[in-house]
Amino acid sequence: MSTSAKEWPLWEIFVRSRQGLGHKHVGSLHAADAEMAITNARDVYTRRQEGVSIWVVPASAITASSPDDKEPLFDPANDKVYRHPTFYKLPDEVNHM
Amino acid sequence: MSPVEMNLEARFEAYVADEKKIEPKDWMPDAYRKTLIRQISQHAHSEIVGMLPEGNWITRAPSLKRKSILLAKVQDEAGHGLYLYSACETLGVSRDELLDDLHSGKAKYSSIFNYPTLNWADMGAIGWLVDGAAIMNQVPLCKCSYGPYARAMVRVCKEESFHQRQGFQIMLTMAQGTADQRAMAQDALNRWWWPSLMMFGPSDAESPHSAQSMKWNIKRFSNDELRQKFVDMTVPQAELLGLTIPDPDLRWNEERGHHDFGPIDWTEFQEVVQGNGPCNKERLAARRSAHERGAWVREAAAAYAEKQAQRKTSSTEPHAA
Ligand SMILES: [Fe+2]
Ligand SMILES: [Fe+2]
Repeated sequence: MSTSAKEWPLWEIFVRSRQGLGHKHVGSLHAADAEMAITNARDVYTRRQEGVSIWVVPASAITASSPDDKEPLFDPANDKVYRHPTFYKLPDEVNHM
Repeated sequence: MSPVEMNLEARFEAYVADEKKIEPKDWMPDAYRKTLIRQISQHAHSEIVGMLPEGNWITRAPSLKRKSILLAKVQDEAGHGLYLYSACETLGVSRDELLDDLHSGKAKYSSIFNYPTLNWADMGAIGWLVDGAAIMNQVPLCKCSYGPYARAMVRVCKEESFHQRQGFQIMLTMAQGTADQRAMAQDALNRWWWPSLMMFGPSDAESPHSAQSMKWNIKRFSNDELRQKFVDMTVPQAELLGLTIPDPDLRWNEERGHHDFGPIDWTEFQEVVQGNGPCNKERLAARRSAHERGAWVREAAAAYAEKQAQRKTSSTEPHAA
């Protein structure tokens, strides 16, 4: 009882929940092409007005950073507390700055 | 296991115990991956097979309003199945493999869906009790250590509460209706009560995977704890409906601060899990036939997509002079 030898490709779905906000990843689904991915995404991820716009991206087109690179990529920011406003203790008079 | 793997595993356990989340590409022990694939796929299959008992009543709903509601609910269950299949695929298993395992009978799904839906009140009892029990099981999973599963469960839980409320409302309407309608509501409760309690799984002593899943923060409460919570929550609701829970041993235990309830027929549960429930064969046959009869659609859509893609590349190819 083998299924069709070729699975429809996987698409990652991004939804803009309302005007003014960015598209956010909501999950993925299978579809034969981009048009069908949008239609399916409408049914799967926006049944309750969760969105006003949908992006569909072939999962195979995404390049992700590797979890093994977490330290070299993100740790250098660790000791740069001076990049945060709270690093600077100012007199009370200007503390709303 | 090599020393390196042992070290990785110890770090993993500490990390997860600290309430931190695991994402698809992170290192994880094989057993953790396998446990999740088993649990998430069973869960996905349950959502999909769970559409069948209710689908049975879509064409026979008593009004257009009830029909729209039931359609929306069943469509939600399809959505839940899809969220969960894609969460499961992040663990490196393909959709085709998952479906093959369902259709071959290798994978399990919740045994509750192997019971028949005999009258309209069953739509009420299912929403009230079956979705109610599902919610009780699912809410803790929103905090599960595996990110994609936890996120899928957040979506699912948001949608489930409508399912339970519409079910309770059907029960309420029938319980307040004619004597016949009340009898139908009681009959539905009689048939769905015990299978609903079985949805929480075997008693803790008999539940082989529980301890490990708790340690990995996949599971938060034991089967018996959740079952007790469900009984305590449901008893006053049944009273409000004026219906009788079919358990002569059910009574409030002042000392424990919980309801005591009668023994569950685990032989029945095992029978249904083994494939001998009233509708196991019918459910699997319906799934297989839907899949097989849809094959030409999947193939045609794939062929069409391929053709369109070819046309696009050939039309954008620079023409030789
Ligand atoms: Fe569901
Ligand atoms: Fe549901």
